[in-house]
Amino acid sequence: MFTSPARPLALILCLSASLLTLSLQARAADGEAIIQKGGANPAAMPCMSCHGADGKGMAAGGFPRLAGLPEAYIAKQLADFKAGRRQNPLMQPISQALDDAEVAAVAKAYAALPRVQVKAGTLERPREGSGAWLALRGAWDRNIPECTLCHGPSGVGVGDAFPPLAGQSAEYIEAQLRAWRASPAGPAGRKGKALAAVPPTRRNDPNGLMQHIAADLSEAEIKAVSAYFAGLGETTEPFDASQHRLR
Amino acid sequence: MKTTLRRLTAALLPLMAAHAMAADSTRLDDQTQLPKAPARPSGKAYFQPPAEADIPNNAYGDLVRRGQDLFMNTRALAPEYVGNEMNCVNCHIDRGRKANSAPLWAAYTMYPAFRKKNNKVNTFVERMQGCFQFSMNGKAPAADSEVLAALTAYAYWMSSGVPIGKVQPGRGFDEPPPPKGGYDIARGQRVYEKQCAICHGDDGAGRKVGATTVFPPLWGKDSYNWGAGMHRINTAAGFIQHNMPLGRGETLSDQEAWDVAAYINAHERPQDPRLVNGDIDETRKRYHADDGVNLYGVVVGGQKLGQGVK
Ligand code: HEC
Ligand code: HEC
Ligand code: HEC
Ligand code: HEC
Repeated sequence: MFTSPARPLALILCLSASLLTLSLQARAADGEAIIQKGGANPAAMPCMSCHGADGKGMAAGGFPRLAGLPEAYIAKQLADFKAGRRQNPLMQPISQALDDAEVAAVAKAYAALPRVQVKAGTLERPREGSGAWLALRGAWDRNIPECTLCHGPSGVGVGDAFPPLAGQSAEYIEAQLRAWRASPAGPAGRKGKALAAVPPTRRNDPNGLMQHIAADLSEAEIKAVSAYFAGLGETTEPFDASQHRLR
Repeated sequence: MKTTLRRLTAALLPLMAAHAMAADSTRLDDQTQLPKAPARPSGKAYFQPPAEADIPNNAYGDLVRRGQDLFMNTRALAPEYVGNEMNCVNCHIDRGRKANSAPLWAAYTMYPAFRKKNNKVNTFVERMQGCFQFSMNGKAPAADSEVLAALTAYAYWMSSGVPIGKVQPGRGFDEPPPPKGGYDIARGQRVYEKQCAICHGDDGAGRKVGATTVFPPLWGKDSYNWGAGMHRINTAAGFIQHNMPLGRGETLSDQEAWDVAAYINAHERPQDPRLVNGDIDETRKRYHADDGVNLYGVVVGGQKLGQGVK
């Protein structure tokens, strides 16, 4: 069997084919490699050092989950960091060090990792004023729709434009809401001088769909709603597409 | 002359009423326009419906909660009556509580409603049956069904404290007046692409997560049908101006709301279930010609609208 003359030839063909793909991939930027070893420019540090070996982020550093986020969403965020529509001292230099091909490749690689799944629960009856209430009922007196209306049932995300909130840490969700909210100028008090207004450091939401929501949340609401989504956890059960998710 | 006419009508009235009953044995209400609600007096808030936490914990409360669940998850919980991918809450925002989104608290106490036009009286249940048949493109549940009992209980509970028969500011959709220069479908398309497609899709089909519709369809087979109130451009303009883009209501100008409402309602959707003799023109004459501003049976871009899609 092993003496079959066709074998070595097949092996050689096979090998050269995979070498060819490898070299093609290198030229087209290798997403996996960027995640593990960083981009061609050393300033593009390996993503996994902050976003985790499995791409699920690290709560303590406020490093978000990237695994399973929509490819277009990841690419958009990197472009937004690069352009300064989203400001962050760690991510801006990294995004600037990635070229377009690298952005495309790393977005694709992260999007291919498992996306967050949350067990379908029974109908929830949230308590008014709780984080669950904001997530499932909103605050329509302030024009705040329930978060799940845009971020999907259990916050698993909808399409390319509405990222999942499930799977992210409370630290990260809070930070993003504050980045959009900014802080108004404070008058001079007995203790200190007047505080200058801090402008939002994230202004990349399409058509201002998200900014006004964050701006109208109180600090306590930000904490509560972030804890709600962070607490949804994750299931390894496959998503049952036949089952309705109730509001 | 005037008196003879009055006498004649008086003599005919019972006859006409009997006729209306016979022809309409199901007594389904269609989605005729609501009368214009009074403006909210400045400095006064809209009616505040009771809080969800105040639903009592007894059999009555259970029925109310069931009504709210059905209102929000109509497609999932009452599939036998729903022929598209819609839920009541899609057009009656915030669980039917939001002013200028045809809130239930402004509706319940206005029924039974007498309509001069065709000398008919419609009950609250019949109005909801109309929503099932047209907005949900489905089959109306029986008047004594559990589904309508629960939805009625929900509306009744939400209306606690609203005076009977007194029209409330915030009822209906508070339609903006027709723009002076008319509406423009092409301009509406540009509004749609910029402000709406991100959620409702380029094809108007909305967006799902698994089986669950998150962003409802605006046209096509899974949307409201040609008999639904939302197919009127003036009605849709009111809904849109106050409630869309989601969470950013009242940011579009009246003109933009009319334009984009016209664009949406210039697309095919399921046939009007009242279709007369399979004939669009006849159906237009009978049901659409006199029903606000709408494009049923009208030729747009070389195509006569009202063909229906399945
Ligand atoms: C030094 C730590 C660090 C490294 C290395 C790093 N990131 Fe980040 N990343 C962050 C932080 C912190 C944030 C959150 C920024 C904020 O709060 O706006 C973030 C956010 C992001 C986001 C936005 C996620 C979202 O949900 O909006 C993307 C996309 C991203 N990083 C991609 C990458 C890629 C690709 C790499 C590798 C080339 C990388 N990051 C390397 C720290 C890092
Ligand atoms: C009207 C739609 C809409 C609603 C309602 C909404 N969001 Fe968002 N949200 C968005 C969009 C769009 C984005 C993505 C912005 C971008 O492209 O960067 C977003 C992004 C976010 C992010 C950043 C996620 C990430 O990975 O960086 C957080 C956190 C967030 N939303 C929290 C919330 C919370 C909490 C609520 C409810 C109080 C809420 N959102 C309600 C539209 C919405
Ligand atoms: C496609 C959008 C749509 C959906 C879905 C919908 N409705 Fe309606 N509803 C309307 C419109 C339009 C009106 C009439 C408003 C007008 O003419 O100004 C209306 C009116 C009503 C009214 C009367 C309001 C009043 O003040 O008299 C009730 C009650 C009602 N709907 C209940 C329901 C119920 C129950 C469901 C679900 C079974 C439902 N609707 C689904 C659009 C919708
Ligand atoms: C951020 C997402 C989002 C945007 C942007 C948006 N919508 Fe909606 N729209 C929704 C959601 C969600 C609902 C249903 C609300 C609910 O179920 O609580 C809805 C409901 C509707 C409805 C009634 C239900 C139906 O399917 O007929 C119409 C009409 C509508 N939108 C039109 C528009 C128009 C026109 C625009 C642009 C001016 C727009 N929407 C922008 C999310 C959006």
